[in-house]
Amino acid sequence: MSTTTTSLPAKATSQWDVQLHDPLHRAPLVLGDHDLTTVTDLVTGLALRPTPRMWYVAFTISLAMLSMLVVTIGYLFLTGVGVWGNNNTVGWGFDIINFVFWVGIGHAGTLISAILFLLRQNWRTGINRFAEAMTIFAVCCAAIFPGIHVGRVWLVLWLAPYPTELAMWPNARSPLFWDVFAVGTYATVSLLFWYMGMVPDLATLRDRAKTRLAQMLYGFFALGWNGSSRNWLRFEKAYLLLAALATPLVLSVHSVVSFDFATSQIPGWHTTIFPPYFVAGAVFGGFAMVLVLAIPAREWFGLQDLITHRHIENMSRIMLGTGLIVGYAYATEFFMAWYSQHHYEQFVFLNRPFGPYAWAFWTMVSCNIAAPQLLWFRAIRKRVWVVFAIAVLVNVGMWFERFVIIVTSLHHDFLPSSWAMFTPTWVDLAMFVGSFGLFFTLFLLFCRFLPMVAMAEVKTVMPQAHGHETPVRFDYQPSPDTPHQLRRGHWFT
Amino acid sequence: MAIDLNACIGCAGCVVACQAENNIPVVGKSNVANSREMHWLRIDRYFKGPVGEPDVVHVPVACVHCENAPCEQVCPVAATVHDTEGLNGMVYNRCIGTRYCSNNCPYKVRRFNYFDYHAADPRAPARPWIGIPDQQQAAEVSPLQQLLFNPEVSVRMRGVMEKCTYCVQRIAAARIQARNEFSQGIRETDQVAEGEVQTACQQACPTRAITFGDLNDSGSQVSADRASPRNYAMLEELNLGPRTTWLAKIRNR
Repeated sequence: MSTTTTSLPAKATSQWDVQLHDPLHRAPLVLGDHDLTTVTDLVTGLALRPTPRMWYVAFTISLAMLSMLVVTIGYLFLTGVGVWGNNNTVGWGFDIINFVFWVGIGHAGTLISAILFLLRQNWRTGINRFAEAMTIFAVCCAAIFPGIHVGRVWLVLWLAPYPTELAMWPNARSPLFWDVFAVGTYATVSLLFWYMGMVPDLATLRDRAKTRLAQMLYGFFALGWNGSSRNWLRFEKAYLLLAALATPLVLSVHSVVSFDFATSQIPGWHTTIFPPYFVAGAVFGGFAMVLVLAIPAREWFGLQDLITHRHIENMSRIMLGTGLIVGYAYATEFFMAWYSQHHYEQFVFLNRPFGPYAWAFWTMVSCNIAAPQLLWFRAIRKRVWVVFAIAVLVNVGMWFERFVIIVTSLHHDFLPSSWAMFTPTWVDLAMFVGSFGLFFTLFLLFCRFLPMVAMAEVKTVMPQAHGHETPVRFDYQPSPDTPHQLRRGHWFT
Repeated sequence: MAIDLNACIGCAGCVVACQAENNIPVVGKSNVANSREMHWLRIDRYFKGPVGEPDVVHVPVACVHCENAPCEQVCPVAATVHDTEGLNGMVYNRCIGTRYCSNNCPYKVRRFNYFDYHAADPRAPARPWIGIPDQQQAAEVSPLQQLLFNPEVSVRMRGVMEKCTYCVQRIAAARIQARNEFSQGIRETDQVAEGEVQTACQQACPTRAITFGDLNDSGSQVSADRASPRNYAMLEELNLGPRTTWLAKIRNR
């Protein structure tokens, strides 16, 4: 261990030194001259300051998009599912594409907050609040679509198991019924985890709020938090338990969503690789969305010291890694189509790259496979706005992945007499745009009124939390006598 | 059901008969252009040979009532289920319209009511302040138009999936009559006899290409057709156990 350490450069030279294997030489997680108080000042200041004018502008735009969603949903309810482009051959179109797209985005948050927590990846503290909020809002957007896509929406409650005079229960063999539980459980636990993790920060806001109303509201949601050791002991135990509870859900929810396709028998859907492939794709798309939100937000809200280049670097690497898994899954699907000698399967996998929806397939490949390869280069990862552009492309690609899976598999299936094309209508497009309106409306409210960064957690990874008056100097050199634990865990534990 | 492709001339009489019998809506040009036609029974055509002078095979295709039906296991509300006679039943008033059954049907014979096709203006918004949409249809359809409907068959509203029922209303009528006559001592068994049920498509077929009957009755015509060396099941490799099979077309040349 110590030989490895000495063979590395003597000190971290900049905030970019994240590739070193020795944590002693990694860039700190909080940059600048921050101490515990200034971190609190920075984050609470954003929530308690007067509303900036730009926030109103952004909020108005997203509210307009949200109204478009509400109005088109009303039109859909009154008229029928026919206002969409779906037909007898392509029974699912934008409705389920958007559902899977948003559920996928909702993966990064709980992965960051639960799995990275259990794996002691302390860099998560800068971004986890953000990412969890994104998860919950994405799940809200996702939950709308299966609810409204049914033909008789006033009976959608039949999807839920409840005792009724009909003496009928949902069909437990149907993956759509599994979805109800998978997404419902995920939404509940994510919300609980997000809210519980926020309680100490809400108490800080309560203590610093100036107006009576803000004090009462923050106070109500702070649940009487007083920062005592007993509070913290219980909080940390509960947080750990919830993290353990949420971890399997990160894997289960998109696995179950993929069962909608994997358990059916349509060529292109009937694939055993779907659960891991969907989970990897969801983490891929989710991290892309975290980057899309975090990169502008850190600039606009002046959070560069808390959401540092190191965070962006780490997220870029996760995106690259999961992107490679997704690429591998695409390749496996093609290999299996060829290797199985299953002629329907083979047709579907020729129809994707060369059929009438080839443009969608190649959009998917260039956005999901080609674009992230740029992230191999450090020079690219250093340029946050290039990373931002790649993340946007990945989101586009992940949407098209669902389009390819759903529409191109359905539109040419077994019997050529039923082949058809799917063309979205203006209602399809308006609802898709409108779902972003819902997402950004919720997100802007979050940015305005809630602590955007988990202050209490960030403070635990600062040197001050470990008995240092000032940050440990970069050129700190462990002597051969330094105890092992101190050498390895100096910045983090 | 067995359909003899040697006999079928592709006249589409069965399609029209089915439409009349089962209150199948006419959806209009724009919806047909978007593959939303509602025909429960369609004629697939396969061409072979030179473009100007091809050999054509006409294949009437409706729901084949799979023994191992892929539509049934995916419906979240159990709106499509098997009945005791082996039919793959469609329970309209349980259906909420997820369209998952249609996606998973390899024959693509399921039809979805994207609009309230029987209403005077299918694309007009419903009037939610009058009542729940389930009860509005009667008000929407003119009394004259209501005379067109077969009273034995449910008129489906928007948002509901439908498909070939093997004319379940005719089966039910024959079953009820058989039971009544059995209870009155008129007949010796309560079983429906061969030939007592004719589906609408079968009845209309000018070449008698369609045979319908009880597969459990080894003496029935449909059982005899099934035993024919020309008998085949469409997409047999999917192992769905279709109850409609076809008798392959043979050409003399």
